[in-house]
Amino acid sequence: MTRSKRIAGTIAHRSAILVYIVVALFPLYWLLKVSVTPNDLLYSEGVRLWPSHASVDHYLFVLKHSDFPRFFQNSVIVSGSTAFIVTILASCAGYALSRFAFRGKYWIVILMLLTQMFPLVMLIAPIFKMLSPLGLTNSLTGLVIVYVAFNVPFATFLMQSFFDGIPKDLEEAAMIDGATRFRAFSQIILPLTLPGIAATLGFVFTAAWSELLFALMLISSSGVSTFPVGLLSFVSKFSVDFGQMMAAGVLALIPACLFFLFIQRYLVQGLTAGAVKG
Amino acid sequence: MASIDIADIRKAYGPVHVLHGIDLSIHDGEFVVLVGPSGCGKSTLLRMIAGLEDISAGEIRIDGRRVNDLEPKDRDIAMVFQSYALYPHMTVAENMSYSLRLRRTAKERIAAAISGAATKLGLDALMARRPRALSGGQRQRVAMGRAIVRAPKAFLFDEPLSNLDARLREQMRGEIKKLHQSLGATSIYVTHDQIEAMTLADRIVAMNAGLVQQVGSPLDLYDRPANLFVAGFIGSPAMNMFNGTYCANSAGPAIEVQGGTRIPLQRQHQIADGAAITVGIRPEHIPVGATNDAGIRCKVELVEPTGLGTILHIRPFGTTLKAFTLNRDVSGSDAVTIRLPAEWLHLFDAQSGQRLP
Amino acid sequence: MTTVAQHARLPSDHRPFLRRLATASEPWLYSAPALILIVAVMLVPLALGLSYAFRDVRLLNPFSGGFVGLQHFETLASDKNFARALKNTLFWAGASVFFQFTFGLILALLLDRPFRGRALAQALVFLPWAVPSFLSGLNWAWLFNPVVGPLPHWLTALGIFDAPTNLLSDPQNAMWGPIIANIWWGIPFFAITLLAALQAIPRDLYEAAAIDGANAFQRFWSITLPFLAPTIAITVLLRTVWISNFADLIIVMTKGGPADRTQIVASYIFTQAFRRLDFGYASAIALVLLLLLMAYSLLIVLLRQTMLRRA
Ligand SMILES: Nc1ncnc2c1ncn2[C@@H]1O[C@H](COP(=O)(O)OP(=O)(O)OP(=O)(O)O)[C@@H](O)[C@H]1O
Ligand SMILES: [Mg+2]
Repeated sequence: MTRSKRIAGTIAHRSAILVYIVVALFPLYWLLKVSVTPNDLLYSEGVRLWPSHASVDHYLFVLKHSDFPRFFQNSVIVSGSTAFIVTILASCAGYALSRFAFRGKYWIVILMLLTQMFPLVMLIAPIFKMLSPLGLTNSLTGLVIVYVAFNVPFATFLMQSFFDGIPKDLEEAAMIDGATRFRAFSQIILPLTLPGIAATLGFVFTAAWSELLFALMLISSSGVSTFPVGLLSFVSKFSVDFGQMMAAGVLALIPACLFFLFIQRYLVQGLTAGAVKG
Repeated sequence: MASIDIADIRKAYGPVHVLHGIDLSIHDGEFVVLVGPSGCGKSTLLRMIAGLEDISAGEIRIDGRRVNDLEPKDRDIAMVFQSYALYPHMTVAENMSYSLRLRRTAKERIAAAISGAATKLGLDALMARRPRALSGGQRQRVAMGRAIVRAPKAFLFDEPLSNLDARLREQMRGEIKKLHQSLGATSIYVTHDQIEAMTLADRIVAMNAGLVQQVGSPLDLYDRPANLFVAGFIGSPAMNMFNGTYCANSAGPAIEVQGGTRIPLQRQHQIADGAAITVGIRPEHIPVGATNDAGIRCKVELVEPTGLGTILHIRPFGTTLKAFTLNRDVSGSDAVTIRLPAEWLHLFDAQSGQRLP
Repeated sequence: MTTVAQHARLPSDHRPFLRRLATASEPWLYSAPALILIVAVMLVPLALGLSYAFRDVRLLNPFSGGFVGLQHFETLASDKNFARALKNTLFWAGASVFFQFTFGLILALLLDRPFRGRALAQALVFLPWAVPSFLSGLNWAWLFNPVVGPLPHWLTALGIFDAPTNLLSDPQNAMWGPIIANIWWGIPFFAITLLAALQAIPRDLYEAAAIDGANAFQRFWSITLPFLAPTIAITVLLRTVWISNFADLIIVMTKGGPADRTQIVASYIFTQAFRRLDFGYASAIALVLLLLLMAYSLLIVLLRQTMLRRA
């Protein structure tokens, strides 16, 4: 290949990457831009890339005079407990799939794969019917139960693949050292799966944070609304005040993006390196 | 320290039978080495003793107590893994003290035990490090240290040195031997390496295809292999084998090989005249002489210098034999004379492969 | 005292049984909590949902609940809205998957080449994946809104639009709004899976092909594509099913409007259940959707197998 052709190729490659980055970030950038544009400039400055002067008024309003902090708190509670519970359940189930050969394992895998296939919309009505006599509609607990069940199958597969990466010798060594299997699991294997646990936590948290349909269906009072539901009702209530809506949007984005960066960091890191051979 | 008795142990993974009935008695303080080709079931047997695999049939007793149904943690044995299986998130000191902490041993006793073990193994300077900051040899030592701090009833080793380079392996081999001499603990050691087996073992157990082929002292297996498998497996370079027929006529007992050459034997054997037998002789037991000495004359086909001496490939009759000589001046296409001394010949029944009585 | 004595005299084969029981039940103990939850919150409702499809279940009507046989399906057969939703679903899933896959593959190929700042670039281009779906829907709805969004103005400047109007209120083309949002949001998923698959291709294959004289395009065609094919098949299949069921963006951006032009089957089910509280009818639609998707998956799997057998 000639030198000039190679340089041209490199330039084309970098420009293509740049286009992708711009397309990926532009909508988020615009969200940020409108959220800091004062109302009087919003219409007059239309498609300018940055307002002539920026303010955080919209953020202050959203935080002080709306139900936003409540939605935020509800969402943190729901997503946090979902992530926490799912990770515990998925760790145990993933460990069973990774370490035991037992009759029925095949069927568990099939069952979990199937749940990934069928339409969740199909479950909306029956779940509502089942939860309402238990008093679990309009309640964060009900939402957590549903989210945990929806997220457990995928999280189980995720945890299983992390356990598969940890040599079996380690817990056998622990069992010979005098540990029960459960102790070997909790003291030796789980600490080594920390990156996997972090990834699972982050993944489930993000999924629960974004869930809309079941939250809309199961929750009707704003006191227990999660963020997506709250933001939607907020949008219909304040539908003229774009600055405030977008400020709320940016605030909703922060936890999800933080968790995303969190996952990235941990996925790369492997702790087992020193344990096996060298 | 304890004795270990293994009675008719069998193992099957579903339809696959791996061990076909192993009987073995290991005395208190004995160092037993299991050798055998890959896949013959050495690790499986070791792991059954440790309690890591279920026992399909048979019985294992440690110190007379049946342990078939005991969890590994209740058998009071220690194991050193080929991969070392050090806990990556614990320091060397934590790795070594884990078993004692699980048993809620008093802090001072733990400290004394691990510092004693660390000194024995030369790990004092490394106690605060994590396994990934250690070299292969150091990791190996930590694995040993983890096993000895507990003073268990028995040690199990599954190819503990096979991840080390040749020099380090030699050094660690010596240390394991010294350790065993000072602790006197019952040990079962699995290896592929003949030299390890010969140098370490009080007794060697040679296994093949899920069966014990021979149990005996290293020299026993070397001098009196019970069958063709053991004869071929123990010793390097391997024992020469060739076929012949047994003749017991008036000229005295002898073997007749291809081409009519007769090799005289020391004594009569209880086998029919004309029976097919397999003869074995180790390369180092074939004296190589100059052309005009008495014996079988043959040409050297290939020369393999080993430094210490030379391995010659020769073809006195039909079969290629290897002979080892300390003479380093032999070169290819030289003619030599060899002898097959009757006292070094091993005779096996060609059909059953068993040593002739 | 007696218990101790009895204990000592227990025949020895009692223990193996207990032990065998303990060994056999251990994996089940680990997986039971997850399994119980899945059965209770997914399988039981699924069964209930199937039964609703043949019953009259309206939340606001206390006398409902009776068995109505195939009545819902008869209604469905003549429901024009459903027929349109079905057509919209095809368009929605087809266009979304096609563009997500194409752009995702290109991105994966771009990222497969090492360059300085790759880690950062990767984190940035994958960021849309972390944006909650409802928020990306809102975000794009705002971008298409001529009051605060730049897109209508730019499209007008480019001559694609006559005047800066909202794409989402144009009955002819409104569907493109959610589709564009979906493409933006879904590219990272394909890029991540395909990138992982790309990086699993042994590098020396490319070197061998280059030495054999293959040019870049031939290498892509004869090495990259065959290696990616299984991943592509499975991700496209799963993604199509998933997107067909994915109503968030539509509910947030257009609520199925204008004039039901962007209603897909999944959002239609949601509307029936949520707005009209007609659970029976909603379940009947869901059952039909489930059957269609299963037929589609089966078709793809069969196709793949005949192709494999022929190859
Ligand atoms: N879980 C299993 N299922 C079926 N067969 C198995 C299983 N584990 C081991 N085996 C078989 O049992 C036989 C003995 O295995 P084992 O690990 O004991 O061999 P080994 O003598 O230790 O070999 P090596 O020297 O290579 O370590 C092998 O043929 C192996 O394929
Ligand atoms: Mg082995």
